[in-house]
Formats: sequence, structure tokens, C-alpha cells
Amino acid sequence: MTTTVEHPHRRRPTRRREGRPWTFYVLAGVFIAYVLALYGPMFCIYLLSFQDIRGGLVFPMKGFSLHWFNDLFTQVRTGDVKGGFQRSIQLALLVTVITVVVSFIAGLAFRRRFRGDSIVFYLMIGSLVAPGLVLGIGVGLLFQYFGVSPHWTTSALGAQLSWTLPFGVLIMFAVMSRFDRSWEEAARDLGATPWQTIWLVIVPILTPGIVAVALFGFTLSYDEFARTLQTSGSLNTLPLEIWSMTLNVTSPSLYALGTVTTIVSFVIIGICLGTIALIQKRRTQRAATH
Amino acid sequence: MSTERRQGDIELAGVGKRYDDIVAVEGINLKIPDGAYCCFLGPSGCGKTTILRMIAGHEDPTFGDILIGGENVVGMAPIERRTAMMFQSYALFPHLSVRDNIAFALRVRGVPKAERYKAADEMIEKVQLTELAHRLPGQLSGGQQQRVALARAAITGPRVLLLDEPLSALDEQLRIQMRQELRRMQQDLGITFIHVTHTQLEAIALADLVVVMERGKIKQAGGAREVYVSPHDRYVAEFLGGQNVLSGKVEKVNGASLVMRGPKLEGFEVPVAGKTAVTQGDKVDIAVRRDDIRLLRPESAAIAPGNPHLSTRVQAIEYQGYFVKVMLDAIGDDEFVAYVTERDFFSDPLKVGDIVVATWQSDHTLLLA
Repeated sequence: MTTTVEHPHRRRPTRRREGRPWTFYVLAGVFIAYVLALYGPMFCIYLLSFQDIRGGLVFPMKGFSLHWFNDLFTQVRTGDVKGGFQRSIQLALLVTVITVVVSFIAGLAFRRRFRGDSIVFYLMIGSLVAPGLVLGIGVGLLFQYFGVSPHWTTSALGAQLSWTLPFGVLIMFAVMSRFDRSWEEAARDLGATPWQTIWLVIVPILTPGIVAVALFGFTLSYDEFARTLQTSGSLNTLPLEIWSMTLNVTSPSLYALGTVTTIVSFVIIGICLGTIALIQKRRTQRAATH
Repeated sequence: MSTERRQGDIELAGVGKRYDDIVAVEGINLKIPDGAYCCFLGPSGCGKTTILRMIAGHEDPTFGDILIGGENVVGMAPIERRTAMMFQSYALFPHLSVRDNIAFALRVRGVPKAERYKAADEMIEKVQLTELAHRLPGQLSGGQQQRVALARAAITGPRVLLLDEPLSALDEQLRIQMRQELRRMQQDLGITFIHVTHTQLEAIALADLVVVMERGKIKQAGGAREVYVSPHDRYVAEFLGGQNVLSGKVEKVNGASLVMRGPKLEGFEVPVAGKTAVTQGDKVDIAVRRDDIRLLRPESAAIAPGNPHLSTRVQAIEYQGYFVKVMLDAIGDDEFVAYVTERDFFSDPLKVGDIVVATWQSDHTLLLA
């Protein structure tokens, strides 16, 4: 047997020190700074909206109350917040429904290639990159040219769809790419009609993706500003109302409005995620309890 | 009963499929008897899946007719053909439980809930999945998923079941187990099974009728033993394996046999066995089963007169358990391998580099087309 003489020092492997490397702390610091920069300003607004009647637009906080929320919905001088809010919600719901239906159908159409499919695709993406303000002015001009007065249910709806539809379709493409065509073939093989295939197989499998499209459609419409500015006619949506308020309201009720709209957004996101979770839970539960 | 029994026979009459410029299947003719287990065997891209999908009704032939039970089914929906397909990845509906997956065909047909669940439960019992009836497909193993797919396809009482590479998603051990289950299921149902695979062993283990394909054409169709033991040509012999394919020149033709000479091979007699007319000077291929080759030490070589023999060298040795694979020097471009039974090999073990004499009985030589 060959005997290997080992150097006593060489045998010790270079031990890694316990704990994290210094780069971890640097990167963590950068991340914390980023989060502060992202949420800090918003948090200031939320905080300042809870001041009492002595409150101003800047720190320090003066007292703590819900006074400005009350002011928001009762005072006329702050603008038509209630009406703007209602219109925005209704418009967003309308946009959501149209976006979901059209995106789903477009997703089905793009499952296979067809003549001119890339032209259709780029036309759609085109309206996504077009500057919103210009697009809004264009829509407004066109309505005026045809002698139709712009209104939030017509011109604003169209202008917003030019923004939400491409998003919806892109999400649908991503969702569809994970859809196995053989599910459809299997349904056909088992005797399902095309309608049965859509309702019993495609829609249920794609539900999470469809909810995601709806969520995007709603939030994009709900806080849309650029395209709506020139197309909403005489009645404002909420973002337009907030914008006009920044010009003439100098009280924390502006901040209160910010807080309320944020809460609405979160509630809607919560509802959507809750729906997906519920569907999944029901499926597994149905599987378990029968 | 007798008319019912005959419904699952399939006839492909000049069936072809073209995609733009590419010919996937060239006008093929084939008859598959009712209740047969038929395997389409070939490398990927040979057109076997296209044929399956055309029989299933998921693809229309460019030309030719497909007859099931004597009836031309081209243009009919799968359900009208009374065929059912089991997809390669099983294509189980991920949002439905095992029971709902199996009952799906009855649901779309408007069968009332109680009735369709009763039928589904019977089917579930048949494939031994009763405990898992309420699971979702994602919660099942590969083998269990296959059983669900099988049950889902069989519930409509098809006369033909089409299986697209049904075992390819499973690991080796499970594959052998599920192979037996497929065969058992086919015998239970008593219907025609058409199974597409690229695995030779799978095809010959299962099928009554093996159809070997290459580039859209049928190379040979016959029983498992027939295609393995008497391959029609070089392609079939090499694809099914187990054969040494050697080429040589015809020296003399005398009636039922011919004398052939090849590189390193002295003239020896090959039975013609009614094969295509060959004349002197023709280049021919022959096949010799690897387990028919005997390896002898040169000093003790006692070769029966007339038997082909050649001196060669051991290149590599692979232990395979019940036999030993001895790879020898190639003859020309052709691989030359001997399968020696385990006991024979170890009674006088060879080493890599040893010179040996390889010989076989001349009437074990098969003349290829």
C-alpha cells in the first residue's frame, strides 16, 4: 500500500464563516430604501388624511380624526366626488366585462396561426404604446367631427378600451400558452360539442387567468387619466375629479380622497384573489368530501 | 352477437396525409381484424401518430378511405365512429375529479347525474380506483392517471380504442406493469386496440399485429414473432434489433439456395425461401440472429462443413444478466454482435482483444429483400 504523508495544515479545509456575507447587508439596505421610496409618500398621504379640523397639507400632524372624510362627502366645494366615484366604478365595470369577453375570444382565436395574425397582433399592441393623452385628444376630436358630444359612457369607454384590451389580450396569451390543446381534443373525442367544450373545459380551466384579466381591466380603467381627460365630456371620472381638486382644494380632504380610492382598489384586488382562492378550495373540497 | 362482434375491424385503403409540401403518410393499405391488439411501431416522425389521429377522427386524410366495421368513417366525428382515444399526456381535465372525468362523455350526452355516476363508478371499480374517485388528476401518480384515461375512454363503449404512446410518460418498472394492464384491459373489453409506440419491446410484447413504419410507409405488418424473427428488409431487422445484418454478393444461385460471399466471409449457402428473384452478382443483405452466433476459440474451432465462419476480435463485452453481449469487429460497415448465454460465456470467459471464430448454422441465415 502506498502511504501518503499528509501535511497537518493542508488537511483543514477553508471553513466558510457562519452568517451572511457583507453583500447581503448592502443589498438589504438598498431594498429597504427602495420600499421606503415606493410606499413612503403614499403612507404620508394616508396619515395626513386622518388629521382633525386644524389639519393642513403638510406635516406635522394636527390631531387625529375622520373629519376630512366626512368633509369629502358632505361639502360641495370639494367637487363632485360622489358622482365621480360612481361613474368611475360603473365605467370600470363596463370596461372589465368588455375586456374579459373580447380578450377571451381573442385568446381562443390566437390558439392557432391564421393569415395576417401578426398584423392584427401589432395593431393591437400599437394602441398600447401610443401616448395616452394624444390618443384621448384624437378620440375627442373624432367625436366632435361627427357631431357627437363626448360622454364618459361612449368616448371615454372607447378610449379606455384602447388601453385595457391590449393588456387583457396579452395576459390571455400568457394564460393560453399553458393550455394544453389535447384537453380540447379529448373533449371532442368524448362527444362534447364546441359549446360544451368551451363551458365545461376551457372556461373552468382558464378561470384564474380570466379573473386576472378582469382585475387588470378594472384597475386600469379605475385610475385611467390621460385617455379619459379629453373624452369624458362634461362629467368627470374620479381621477379627473381628483386632478381638478389638486388645482383648487387646499385641505386634507384631498388626502382623504386618496385614502378612500386606495381602499377601494385593495378591496377589489382582495375580492378577485379571494374568488380564485375560493374556486380552488371548492374544487379540492368537492374532491375530498364526496 | 356475430354482427356486433365484427364491428371493430379496420381497413385503411390508400390512406395518405399531406401537410402543404410534406407527405406525412403515403397511401397505405392495411387491414386490422376486430378485437386485435395492433401496434404501430416506428421512429418519431414516421407518420404513425398521424395514422392514429386519422382513425380517431382528429385529422382528415388527404386521400384514401378509412373503414371501420365496413363503414367509411372519413368526415365523421369521433363519437359517431365509436372510437375513443387515449392521449399521450392523458389529457385528463385538471379541474374535474376522477369520477367527473370518467363521467364526462355521459355528461355531454345529457345522461342524468345519478345514472352517469353509477356507470362511472362501475368503470372506476374495473380499473381499481375506487378509493381515489374524488381526487383531482393532479393528485394521482402516472400509473393511476393512465387508468383514469383508460376508463374515461372506455365508458362510451367504443369499438376501437386508440392509444398514443400510452406508456411513454411512465418510468421503466411501471411501464412493464401498465403494459400488462393494457393487455388485460383489451382482453376484458374485447375490442380493437391500436397502440402507437417507438419502443420495439413494447410492441412485440403486446401486439397481435405489429406494423413497422418508416417515413410514412408501412415496411412490414405481421405477428410479433414474424417481424422479429423474419424481418422483411434491413430497416425492419435493424429497427427491431436482435439481428446482425450483413451485406455481400451473390456468387451462384442454385434453386432453393444461393452462395454468398461477403467481406471477411467465405462463400456459404443461404436459403432463398421464396424471396425476390436474385441473380449472380447481385448485392444482397442477410440477417443472422445475434443469439444464433457461436463464438469459438481458434485453436479448438470445430466448424461443421458448409457453415459460415469468420475470424474476428472481441471489441467490448456487456453483462446483461441472463446473457452476455459480445461486440465483435464490424464487418464492413455492419455491426457484428453475439448474444452468448450467461452459463456458456462463463464456462470459458472471453476478454476484450481475444481472437475468436464466429460461426452459425447456414440455414439460420435469412435473406432480406
